[in-house]
Amino acid sequence: MRGALVLWAAVPAAVILSAQSKPDFAKDVRPILARKCVMCHNEKLAQNGLRLDDGDAALAGSYSGKVILPGDSARSKLAARVSSVKKGFMMPPMGAPLTPAEVATIKAWIDAGAEWPRAAKASTGVEKSKHWSFQPVAKPGLPEVSNAAWARNPIDRFILARLEREKIAPSPEAPRTTLIRRAALDLTGLPPTPEEVSAFLADTRADAYERLVDRLLASPHYGEQRARRWLDQARYADSDGYEKDNVRPYAWRWRNYVIDSYNNDLPFDRFITEQLAGDLLPGARQEQLIATGFHRNSLTNREGGVDRKENRYDQLVNRTNTTGTVFLGLTAGCSQCHDHKYDPIKQKDYYSLMAFLNRSEEADIDAPLPGEAGPMMRARPEYLERRRHLMRVYEVEPLQAEWETHMLGALDHPGRDLEWDFEISNVITMFDRFEAILRTPREKRSERDQERLMYWFMTHTGPARDRDAGHLACIKTDFRRRLTDLDNAQPKVSQGMIMTELANPPDTFIAVKGDYREKGLKVDPAPPAFLPPLAEGAERNRLSLARWLVSKENPLTSRVAVNRLWQEMFGRGLVLTSEDFGTQGGKPSHPELLDWLASEFRDNGWSVKQTLRLILTSATYRQSSNTRKELMETDPENVLLARQSRLRLEAENIRDSALAAGGLLNDQIGGPSARPPQPAGVAELGYAGSVKWANDEGPARYRRGLYTFFQRTTPYPMLMNFDEPDSNVACSRRRRSNSPLQALNLLNDPVFIEAAQAFALRVSREVPPERRLDYAFELALGRGPTARERERMQKFLDQQATAFGKDKEQAKAMLPMEPAAAAWAGAARVLLNLDEFITRE
Amino acid sequence: MNELEFLRLRNRRRFLREVGGGIGMLGLSHLLEGEGRAASINPLDPKPPHFPGKAKNVIFMFMEGAPSQMDLYDPKPELQKISGQTLPESLTSQLRLAFIKKDAKVLASPRVFKPYGQCGTEFSDYIPNIASCADDICLVRSMYTEAFNHHPGQLLLFTGSIQLGRPTMGAWTIYGLGSESKNLPGFVVLTSGVGTSGGASNFSSGFLPSHFQGTLLRNAGDPILYLSNPEGVTAETQRSALDAIRDLNQERLTDTGDMEIASRIQNYELAYRMQTSAPDLVDLSKEPAHIREMYGIDDPVTKQYGTNCLLARRMVERGVRFVLMMDASWDQHSNLNKGLKRNCDRTEKPAAALIKDLKQRGLLDSTLVVWGGEFGRTPMVEIRNASDPDNAGRDHHPLAYSMWLAGGGIKGGTVVGKTDDIAFNIVEDKVHVHDLQATMMHCLGFDHTKLTFRHMGRDFRLTDVHGEVVKKMLA
Repeated sequence: MRGALVLWAAVPAAVILSAQSKPDFAKDVRPILARKCVMCHNEKLAQNGLRLDDGDAALAGSYSGKVILPGDSARSKLAARVSSVKKGFMMPPMGAPLTPAEVATIKAWIDAGAEWPRAAKASTGVEKSKHWSFQPVAKPGLPEVSNAAWARNPIDRFILARLEREKIAPSPEAPRTTLIRRAALDLTGLPPTPEEVSAFLADTRADAYERLVDRLLASPHYGEQRARRWLDQARYADSDGYEKDNVRPYAWRWRNYVIDSYNNDLPFDRFITEQLAGDLLPGARQEQLIATGFHRNSLTNREGGVDRKENRYDQLVNRTNTTGTVFLGLTAGCSQCHDHKYDPIKQKDYYSLMAFLNRSEEADIDAPLPGEAGPMMRARPEYLERRRHLMRVYEVEPLQAEWETHMLGALDHPGRDLEWDFEISNVITMFDRFEAILRTPREKRSERDQERLMYWFMTHTGPARDRDAGHLACIKTDFRRRLTDLDNAQPKVSQGMIMTELANPPDTFIAVKGDYREKGLKVDPAPPAFLPPLAEGAERNRLSLARWLVSKENPLTSRVAVNRLWQEMFGRGLVLTSEDFGTQGGKPSHPELLDWLASEFRDNGWSVKQTLRLILTSATYRQSSNTRKELMETDPENVLLARQSRLRLEAENIRDSALAAGGLLNDQIGGPSARPPQPAGVAELGYAGSVKWANDEGPARYRRGLYTFFQRTTPYPMLMNFDEPDSNVACSRRRRSNSPLQALNLLNDPVFIEAAQAFALRVSREVPPERRLDYAFELALGRGPTARERERMQKFLDQQATAFGKDKEQAKAMLPMEPAAAAWAGAARVLLNLDEFITRE
Repeated sequence: MNELEFLRLRNRRRFLREVGGGIGMLGLSHLLEGEGRAASINPLDPKPPHFPGKAKNVIFMFMEGAPSQMDLYDPKPELQKISGQTLPESLTSQLRLAFIKKDAKVLASPRVFKPYGQCGTEFSDYIPNIASCADDICLVRSMYTEAFNHHPGQLLLFTGSIQLGRPTMGAWTIYGLGSESKNLPGFVVLTSGVGTSGGASNFSSGFLPSHFQGTLLRNAGDPILYLSNPEGVTAETQRSALDAIRDLNQERLTDTGDMEIASRIQNYELAYRMQTSAPDLVDLSKEPAHIREMYGIDDPVTKQYGTNCLLARRMVERGVRFVLMMDASWDQHSNLNKGLKRNCDRTEKPAAALIKDLKQRGLLDSTLVVWGGEFGRTPMVEIRNASDPDNAGRDHHPLAYSMWLAGGGIKGGTVVGKTDDIAFNIVEDKVHVHDLQATMMHCLGFDHTKLTFRHMGRDFRLTDVHGEVVKKMLA
């Protein structure tokens, strides 16, 4: 983009020379290239796809096309680049530039026909990278350990072997109260109830813990918890993003698919195949179509005046980068504008990957949930009849036809009428495929398309035409109101946002320097060249890409996937940089364990549940998370896992825990997003008052955090305070910050106050007075208080009781439902603010 | 510093503290009083920049929507002569326009410009008060950008990239410098009540940890979200609740040895201090009458923006590092004369008052003030309602526009750059958005190429891979 304007440096001396002499390639030209160009443009590096060490390759050109036009130095990019002095354009980009004489030689050589004597043909094979993560996954044997009794399963052998090497003893097993809270929070995101804790403590069977893990894996909340992590990867949101940030009322339909898939333990290879290419599966079922909503989560810019081609390119970039990060753990995005600086991903690889995705487009479908289709179908004939009637009354069809003619005219003759031009620029950004639908004759349009067009017309009738002005106004007001009333009374079917394969897919070109308007070399869909190739004869489509990802030969997919599961259970992956398995990412702390887990994952049929069961039942996982003084020096980051880690809960789970402790949680699984109370002024930050947020007052108010409506430009403050990702790009690893705003949030947010009040009511109603303090600790922390904690809390309760005794009004304000128990509301607020409450230990 | 180094350093510090006495034995009050000790935990503690910078604080008056440069800062009498004509294709062939077509007619500016101050810089009659600060202002008439839609333009301005998800300049600033304020956030955002295209992405911390993100100071209700105690909680019961939280957290800290709990204890104390300092910040009742008059606090037209400007000064006095004031909307596609005048009337007197007030308090030298939008506007007309002659407006124009800076190491009384006769292209001293960012970072004491954060295997910075410090802007 910058530097698109070229300054042609004038080199008069060269012009004279080029007209007169014919340089010899070997004697005059090759030495210049060797000195100034070949360090980057050689077989191995081939920057921007260009080689200047081989005749055929050099004449074939770079990603942006031919650079040498024999006989025409004036139009040859090679000559232009080496003679330029403009930063960012000149070649070489650094170091000594070519002298005027050298430039003249190059130009003269090109003008004389650019003869390049045939050298021995160089091989074109791609250099094999030796980087660890690009090597095939092989299942290593289990290492020998001296303290074999400690190891409960193979995972422990790997961990222990390393600890023994470092002469570090593992930590003792965590107390059982900690174990159940840890496992419950990790697997379901919800704290255990006091009843669940006492049942577990009372279970004396040898495999009580394993049974606990199995029970939690079977909980429908398991799917919710796993889904939220996947939503981070998929940059899920309930709105378009960018200025207009329109809501996506059915984005949740894909989220349902994710939750259900985890709950059903859909094999992970099928899970990702369906999401990338469910529509291409033979006889694809509705849920497999819904699965492709994965890539509908990219942003859409509907700002007025946006270039639609640019928006599509931006979406493709977002999808390509996401595909790289989520499935391959590669920072592919670095190669959008140039070859990757560190990893062997060429710019060509990037656009070859994009080419798979460029073959598809967005589509919306009816995606009824069980029970939705029947009522809609039965009501439809009468509905259609009443709609037709309304349309006749308001003469919608003839006026729409006239409007269509105007719109077509404006499309065909831009600049003729500025007001209609504006209508066009407006509709183009807001209404996908508008032009295609408009240009389809009325009788050939699908019912859905015709409906969309009519609904658009109803709200955007165009500049008032004198004689129809009043009539059109009626359509925008009366007709619209009556139709909306009619629509609202109809049984609905849920909608799905999916991807479909284009009948005539466009070609994909390398975008020179990442600018989509600068078309470079045309590329075919292909995986990165440094990784194993597609299966022989595979069609070049998303389905083949998905099958390639989950093939046995692919060294990355399974490693990346199990590493994330590990990260979720220990707070840190075996590879710290779970989003980057490239050369700049972290090295695995336990490479053999990672490969063992990756192989095991594939061997067990890509079962996430079985893999998690293995991790959770290991002795490694079951260790205490308390720090040990000697470890603070030797292993402060807990890389070696001589203990568990103490982890602050993620944003949604903090909300979930507070609602659960207060007994307020609505535990419905799936469904539309909810709008819990949000302070006034937050939504108003959105563009021109377009974001609407009406607090849910019914049961939706108490839904789990993962169902909170995510409006990209004005996200829910509590979630952001606790490090929810911004949902613009794939997030593989959340940060865990610790800030004063978090303190204010937990202390004073009405959501948490309501939870504290409900908590206090439970405590005062469900148990006798002498049990209350214990019960409160059990509800909040899954354990009873220590003696010192009991003493401190009692002191606080006494202070509160005194204060409220003196001031009945305050007591009434604190707990209107039962002012006598106001002190307990204060105590509940304290408990919900404890570090331990928002931490899994 | 990359994340690994950061973690290592932090843990190392914690370890040293741990073995050098033991946190449990030390006692919490000691921890909180001993600035040095507590400091090492807090990522927002003040840090020195690469070299001593003139500016310690930044106030960015962001005029969202793109103010029209030829109606405010860049006089173009030539437009009068060719008003109503179409521009030659050679000029417009590369131009990307949001709404109008390339053959749209030239629209002259009816504004009257005259020179101000000793420097004699010309300003429009819509902004006489800003113009009266001419000798403190460095007017850049040669800004340019790539984006021609609002949200991408705002992203480029604030994060250096059109791609979403990068940290904003406020976040970079407190990442680099930390915050001087112990009782207020280091990066505060004010709005004039109308939402912007960029929304929260204009003050996001992107991939930096979230404590670097901007905190919105709200216009109504609690100045900071969730600041006031819920009903039923008095100052007294709040303190006793916080004491209980602290003591119980301390118990857990002793049991687990997890230093994250020490950070949390400290953050609850900071939150408590914010509960008193933030209301004090927004209480303007003690400001003297002449100051209120200066900012236009009691005039309904200037009240909103004047209040924000005065708050910005009060924040700088209290050590807030970066204040972003977002004012929307300056997107005059139609009704240019009326809309622009209304915006100027609302904001320009308070903006000038801020400069003068900072100056009279000796704060201007250490405060970098920036005024501007995400791009400029076309010399050509945009017409959305052909039947209304006053409806004329201007479309988006990224190739040339004006911004100004003052204070904090900036050379006052100067003009940088020159545009052609119709403010279409730049003919002298092009200043890209990345150059502006590089220069702002320079004023703060940073080499913009070295203030980086490693993410996804790469060192990212505010200026992406571009940007040069504009020496002509510097004092």
